[in-house]
Amino acid sequence: MRVLVLAGGLSPERDVSLRSGRRVAEALRVARPEWEVAEADVDAQLLDTLTRQSPDVVVPLLHGAAGEDGSLRDLLDALGIAYVGTDGAGGRMAFDKPVASTLVRGAGVSVPAFLVLPQATFRELGAARVMSAIGAHIGFPLVVKPTRGGSALGVAIVQTEAELPAALVGAFSYADTAMVQAFVGGTEIAAGVIDIDGVPTALPLVEIVPDGALYDYTARYTAGTTEFFCPARVDDSVAARVQEVALRAHALLGLRHLSRTDVIVDAAGTVWFLETNAAPGMTETSLMPQALAAAELDAGETIARIIAR
Amino acid sequence: MAGSRLDPWVEHYAVRARGMTASEIRALFSVASRPEVVSLAGGMPYVSALDMDSLADTVAAVIRESGAQALQYGSGQGDVTLREQILEVTGEVGVRAHPDDIIVTTGSQMALDLVTRVFCDPGDVVLVESPSYVGALGVFRAYQCDVRHVAMDENGLDPVALQQAIDDVRAAGKRIKVIYTIPSFHNPAGISQDQKRREQILAIAQNNGILLLEDDPYGLLGFEGVAPQAIRALDDQGVVYLGSFSKTIASGLRVGWAVAPHGVREKLVLAAEAATLCPSNYAQLTVSQYLATQPWRQQVKVFQEIYRERRDALLESLQAMMPEGTRWTIPAGGFYSWVTLPAGLDATSMLPRAVAALVAYVPGTGFYVDGQGRQNLRLSYCYPEPDRIREGVRRLAGVIETELELAQTFGTAESLHQPTGESTPAPDLA
Repeated sequence: MRVLVLAGGLSPERDVSLRSGRRVAEALRVARPEWEVAEADVDAQLLDTLTRQSPDVVVPLLHGAAGEDGSLRDLLDALGIAYVGTDGAGGRMAFDKPVASTLVRGAGVSVPAFLVLPQATFRELGAARVMSAIGAHIGFPLVVKPTRGGSALGVAIVQTEAELPAALVGAFSYADTAMVQAFVGGTEIAAGVIDIDGVPTALPLVEIVPDGALYDYTARYTAGTTEFFCPARVDDSVAARVQEVALRAHALLGLRHLSRTDVIVDAAGTVWFLETNAAPGMTETSLMPQALAAAELDAGETIARIIAR
Repeated sequence: MAGSRLDPWVEHYAVRARGMTASEIRALFSVASRPEVVSLAGGMPYVSALDMDSLADTVAAVIRESGAQALQYGSGQGDVTLREQILEVTGEVGVRAHPDDIIVTTGSQMALDLVTRVFCDPGDVVLVESPSYVGALGVFRAYQCDVRHVAMDENGLDPVALQQAIDDVRAAGKRIKVIYTIPSFHNPAGISQDQKRREQILAIAQNNGILLLEDDPYGLLGFEGVAPQAIRALDDQGVVYLGSFSKTIASGLRVGWAVAPHGVREKLVLAAEAATLCPSNYAQLTVSQYLATQPWRQQVKVFQEIYRERRDALLESLQAMMPEGTRWTIPAGGFYSWVTLPAGLDATSMLPRAVAALVAYVPGTGFYVDGQGRQNLRLSYCYPEPDRIREGVRRLAGVIETELELAQTFGTAESLHQPTGESTPAPDLA
C-alpha cells in the first residue's frame, strides 16, 4: 500500500498542517510498517508528485483554504485517487461557518445568533450604522471571526461597541467576510466523530479550559497553556446531547471518516453549535488525538483502518 | 479532578521561559518560506554569491591537512591563529587589539548572550535603541533584564535622550548595566551614527560609568566607500565590540567574536566554557583557511555590490509604488529599511493580508519590548533578487492600499489583540 500524506500548503495554518502531517505519517509507519508512507507539500508540483508516486490513498492533512474548502478533494476525485476524509462538497459546507451553522440550525440544533457581513457592506452602508445595528441585533459581548479559516486566527471576543472596529479589522485580515455571533458563556467542548465501518461513532468529549479568555492560537499550540478534561466534566445526559449534535452535524454536512464539532454548553445545559472541522488538527496539542486516546484508539491504527477500507 | 495540560513539566519551567509560546506571527512566517512568497522578512545573507568550488577546496584542505585538530575539542577562547586573523578584519573598522583580547563565539549572538550572562542580574536595566535588534532583545529578556528603549534620530541613538534615560533610571534607584548599540547600518532601522554621534555616545557611557556594548555585524557592508570606524576604535576599556563572519563569509559557519577588556574577556571565556566548552574547531579552521587562502576582501566587495543593487531596487520601487503617507529610511549599507506606515495602520494586523498576497515583512513590534512599533515594519533586501524585490513591493503597496481603505471605513486599524510569542521569523526563514 502506497500512502501519501499531504500537508503544508499556503494557508496561515501551514505550520499546524505540517505538524499534523508529520505526526500522522509517523503514526502510520508505526501502525503499518509494511506500507510505503510518503509526505508531500501542496505546491505547483503536486500533480507531478501524484503522477510520480501514484499513491493508492492520499491522506490530506491540510488546514485552511485548499485543504478544507473542498477544492483539493474535488481534484483528487477527478484524478480517481482515493483519500481519507470528507469529499469536496462536505468540505465546502463545513469550511464555511455561516453555511454550516445555517444547515445545522435548520435541523433544530441551537446556534448562537449571527450575522454575516462582507467588508464591502461596511464601506457601502457606513461602518458606524452597520456596527450600531450589530450591537442592537446581537448585543454584547459578541464574537467576531472570519467566515472561513481555523485555529482561531482573526477571532476576537468583543465586550463593547468601542472594541468592534478593531475586531472587524482583525477578522478582515484573514477573510473578506466576517461572522459576528452572540457570545455564549459556558463549557467549551470538542466532540470527535469517527466513521471506520460506515457507522459514525462519537468519541469521548474533550473539555477545553484555556488559561486566558480565548482558546486562541497561542493557547492551542503551546503545551501547558490550556487544561483539558477528557471525558468532559458534564452530566451523562448533557454528554449524550453533545455527542448527538456532533453526529447530526457530521451527517448533515455529509462528512466522512472523521470530524470534530466544537460546542458550548451553557449553564442551563443547552448545547450550542459553534463549528465543525472536516479536517481536524492532529498535532501534539490537538483535540482529536486526545479524544482518540480517551477511546483507547491509536491515531495511526485508526487512520490505517480507514485507509484499509 | 485535575485535567491534562499535555506537558507534565508545565509547573517546573523557570520564570524566564514564560514568554516562550506558540505565535500567530511565527505561523505566518512558515508560509513565507514558500517560493511563491516574496519574503522581505528574514535577514538571510545571500550566500549563493560565494565561490562554492573554492569553498569546497577550503573545507577539503581543512580536513586533509588539519583534520585531527578540526575534529577535536579546542580552546574555550578560540583558535589563536583565527584570533590573529580576526584582528586583520577588525582593522578595517579601526579596532586594534591583541589576539588575547578576542574570544571566538558561535556567531556574535553567543557573545551577546555571554556578555549579558556575566553582567546582568534579573531586573538590571539595559538601554537599547528604539527600535533594536530582536535577537538582542530576546537575550536580554531571557536574563530577565529591564529593557528600556531610547529614541533615535536620523543619526542614530539620540545623545540627549540617552542621558535623560540614564538620569531617569538612576533617579528611580535602578542599576544600568549596559548600553547596547548598533552604530553601523542598524538592524532594523537601516541608519548609521556619524563619527560625531559615536563620540557623543561614547562620552556619555564613559561619564556615567556604563559599559557600551557595540554590535557591528554589518560594518564592512557599506555602499559608500570607507567603512565607518567602530566606537571601540576610540576606547579599549569601556567598550565590548561584537563582530561576525555571518555577513562577510557565511552565516551557516556560525563564527563570531567579541573584543573585550582583559577582565571582561576572562569572565567571557569562563562563561563560554560553561556554555559550550569551546566554539566549533571545524568552523573556525574553515574560516581561518578561507581568510588565509581566498580573496576575502574581494568577496566582501562582491557582497557590497549585490546588496547595493538590491537596496536600490527596494528604494526605487518604494518611491514609485508606496501610497502617500508611507515613509522609509535610506540605508547606506547593511540589509534593512525601516518603514513607517500611514497614520492609523497596524503592521501586525496587516501581516495575514500581506502573506495572503504572497509578500512578507517583519512587523515593527518585534523590535520593541513594550508594544511600540505597530505602525512600522522592517523590509530586508539582502536575499531576494532585484526583480523579486520589485514584485514584493508591488504586492505590499496593494496590501497597504487595502488596509488604508479598511482604516477609512472603520476609522481605526489597531487590532484588538496583539499576538503573543515571537514576532519575527526563525533564523532559517527568508
